[in-house]
Amino acid sequence: MDSRRASRAVIDPKVRHVGFVTPNAPPDRAQSFPQESNSSPLSASPASNTLSPVMIPPPRHPSENLTTFRTAAIPVPEQTRLRAESVVFEGSYDPTESLSSSSFQTQSPPASSRLFVDEEFSEESWLHRNNSAKFASSSPAPGCGFNLTSVKEVSGGDSTVISEVKKPAEASANEKNEASNDRSKNALPSGPSSKSLKAKTTKSERRALQESQRAAKAAAKAQGNKPAPAASSKAAKQPSQKKDASIAPPSAAASEKKGTDRPSERERKKDAPAPRMQFDDKSRVEKAKKRALVNQTEARNRVEYFRHLPQYEYGTQLPDLQSKLFQLDPMHPAVHKVGLQYLAGDVTEDNGRCIAMLQAFSEAIRDYTTPDEKVITRDLTAKIGSYVSFLIECRPLSTSMGNAIRFLKSRIVKLPLTLSESEAKASLCSDIDRFINEKIILADKVIVRHATTKIRDGDVILTYGAPSVVEMILTHAHELGKQFRVVIVDSRPNLEGQSLLRRLVTKGLKCTYTHLNAVSYIMHEVSRVFLGASSILSNGIVYSRVGTASVAMVAHAFCVPVLVCCEAYKFHERVQLDSICFNELGDPNDVAKVPGRRDVNYLDSLDKKENLQLLNLMYDATPSDYISMVVTDYGMIPPTSVPVIVREYRQEQLWI
Amino acid sequence: MVGLNLSAVSDDDDDTGPDDHPVLSAAAVAAASRSTLRPPSLQTLLEDMPDSATVPHTSSSGGDSEGKSKSADKSSRSRKLKHDVIEAVNELIQDIDTCHEQITEQAVEHIHHNEVILTLGSSRTVLQFLCAAREKKRSFRVFVAEGAPRYQGHLLAKELVARGLQTTLITDLAVFAMISQVNMVIVGAHAVMANGGVIAPVGLNMVALAAKRHAVPFVVLAGSHNLCPLYPHNPEVLLNELRSPKELLDFGEFSDCMDFRSGLGSPLLHVVNPSFDYVPPKLVSLFITDTGGHNPSYMYRLIADYYSADDLVLQRKAVPSN
Repeated sequence: MDSRRASRAVIDPKVRHVGFVTPNAPPDRAQSFPQESNSSPLSASPASNTLSPVMIPPPRHPSENLTTFRTAAIPVPEQTRLRAESVVFEGSYDPTESLSSSSFQTQSPPASSRLFVDEEFSEESWLHRNNSAKFASSSPAPGCGFNLTSVKEVSGGDSTVISEVKKPAEASANEKNEASNDRSKNALPSGPSSKSLKAKTTKSERRALQESQRAAKAAAKAQGNKPAPAASSKAAKQPSQKKDASIAPPSAAASEKKGTDRPSERERKKDAPAPRMQFDDKSRVEKAKKRALVNQTEARNRVEYFRHLPQYEYGTQLPDLQSKLFQLDPMHPAVHKVGLQYLAGDVTEDNGRCIAMLQAFSEAIRDYTTPDEKVITRDLTAKIGSYVSFLIECRPLSTSMGNAIRFLKSRIVKLPLTLSESEAKASLCSDIDRFINEKIILADKVIVRHATTKIRDGDVILTYGAPSVVEMILTHAHELGKQFRVVIVDSRPNLEGQSLLRRLVTKGLKCTYTHLNAVSYIMHEVSRVFLGASSILSNGIVYSRVGTASVAMVAHAFCVPVLVCCEAYKFHERVQLDSICFNELGDPNDVAKVPGRRDVNYLDSLDKKENLQLLNLMYDATPSDYISMVVTDYGMIPPTSVPVIVREYRQEQLWI
Repeated sequence: MVGLNLSAVSDDDDDTGPDDHPVLSAAAVAAASRSTLRPPSLQTLLEDMPDSATVPHTSSSGGDSEGKSKSADKSSRSRKLKHDVIEAVNELIQDIDTCHEQITEQAVEHIHHNEVILTLGSSRTVLQFLCAAREKKRSFRVFVAEGAPRYQGHLLAKELVARGLQTTLITDLAVFAMISQVNMVIVGAHAVMANGGVIAPVGLNMVALAAKRHAVPFVVLAGSHNLCPLYPHNPEVLLNELRSPKELLDFGEFSDCMDFRSGLGSPLLHVVNPSFDYVPPKLVSLFITDTGGHNPSYMYRLIADYYSADDLVLQRKAVPSN
């Protein structure tokens, strides 16, 4: 029984479920779950009536798994269910059904592989459990390593598969990967199709391949000290990549305290406010500039209050970065692409950014090869750190992205050393996909379900800032047939409300469109306010798009309830009192120029004046007393309960 | 009266019958014409003039003593009346032009060194107020919120920068974020209601709420001509003007997703673009007028200076045929 389970068993669900939707007894999960042949108590299916708010799977700890997963009691039905309906979302990852099926058929594998298999399997089972039949997810990429692809027999296991699975500790994949290097290279751009091709290799071929790889591996081992798990070079990575990977890590040291070392994670929590650097610290700024991959020129006329935040000349980074696209050795192209998207403003919405980043990392991990003499965990962590600092240079990270990165790093750190590289990468990729699925996609569905209960016929709903969750809520409520009106409050300079308006009007909702200044005028008609958040901090402050605080304040003055819809992975343990200590500065020219209205462009020639400063804040902090309720995937809670969720459900070992 | 070429602009005939009310003095007429919301029909008013004796009602700062005596015959009275009215109107115009001076004299009393001031949109009074303080060598910084959708804040920022003031232009969204750093909010008003509430450019209610939350004084600069004798009742709707939606949305942008011919009935899309906001008196800390600084609760007393009691409610009366 792991420690976390024990503590959870102590928690009285009735007490803890203040604000939660249904108190499904979590102690059920205290049983070793492989023995549970039915998934119903744990299905977090929003479709089911009993919505368990406690969806935390026990941690994947190797030692514990060894003790727990001795039995081969594997819940078969879930897998079949999963296979039957796998919803493939963007990225079109194949579920690791094959893996689970193969593991399912494992008869009597040796302990180490058993370990791996069970862990994989336990992940699947959590995955299945947490994904109800309705929302079955698709899981990790097919590219997640050759073990997968070779293992993957869609039609069910056979002994070769098992033997392959047996071999992970031996890290055979070296030669195997060479042989399939070309295949993997093609695998990069066209994941699923090439994987299905590989699956058609016959058993004997694969066995032969593996034998040769094993032999070569043994030979290689004789020469250098390759640690067992870090052996196999996974493929698709040019050898140059390996070398660059080792160069990139200096960023780890100074990298923004992204927690590259696991012991410092605790401290990093304390500096969690400073993934952004304090930019008035000259020495650190200099150091960062040396490592910078993106050339930034600092803006003139910076506002004094925000000297601790970075402000760059916009428009200068993008062409520079685009020209570097084909030269960037240390940077995986997927990560580079995501960085470009951030810079260009193609991806602005919070969840979208997070998903894009995680998928890029997943691809990068798939293509990663451990350099010689390095341990996969440390090297991969360093690499991820370098990617992160690159992305930060493109656009400062949001809290959700920070949490996702922390999750990934903790996962890397927890990789058991006995895993082969391919398995490690596969498990990481599956972790990432599970994170995306559970924490973002499913969470959104749960939130939608909760929030639509708060919309009644005749309501007038006001929304600001076009958060994707709120759009989903409104659409869903409309589909349920509720009669309500929507007021969309828009803001300059992003004018995000217009696209939301367009989408809602095409769906047939009655909308009113106005700008932020008119919110006092319109508020007397409004019955509910739905807002989104970029993050909710531990003192209950909602950190979201600038202007949200004003909307919440006016709603409060008119006694209109304000509901903030936010996935739980965006919660953070840091605190903040005002909007100045931590923020993001946008392009100041957006303030000066009003697009489409030439008559009001008074400031055309004034950018260079000394006395004039332009301030374009991106975020602000809404005090918690303006918020009536926070709708999360853990239920509907008051904003003061956010630190409870952070503490109880987000401790490191609980990260899936 | 035939000789009068003053056109009756208002649609209701605001005349006070000779039997119920004594005829309005020219001062009162001038004061009535100051009411920005209900311009009286001068022609109708003045038609009643010769029928009754004039009684001087109020002493106004306009000081029209000569309007009190109307003993001459009809034509000379009408001529004198014309003269008085024109003079009163000229005085009013002058009042409006010069109120700034008296207001800005008080600037130095309120702005000290190292202040941070926030304003929204643009107002000539505010501009002159700040410049007066600047001339007295007070060093302060100004945050100007741009004031969508008219973006007058850009103009104000330009002016302030030209005068050498440290200005930061922010979007209206950032007002709540920045107001904790601000010492004072200074704004102009479109009209001041009798209860001390303010009809101000749109967005100022939000600013006032934020200022209240952060305990920042909210100062309204108003000339005496802004004062209105009415108490606001549902002011957001009744005392408001809605402007064209084109300032928010281009006309053509949403034509593809709006389909009126399908007989859905009401259109799916409304665009709301009000020009004014109502700020309740409890959010206002101080009024600075040309007669000095006042509390919102005191403003109703000033009405007596500028409006006759009879003019407070202008009633519809049948026009007596002459």
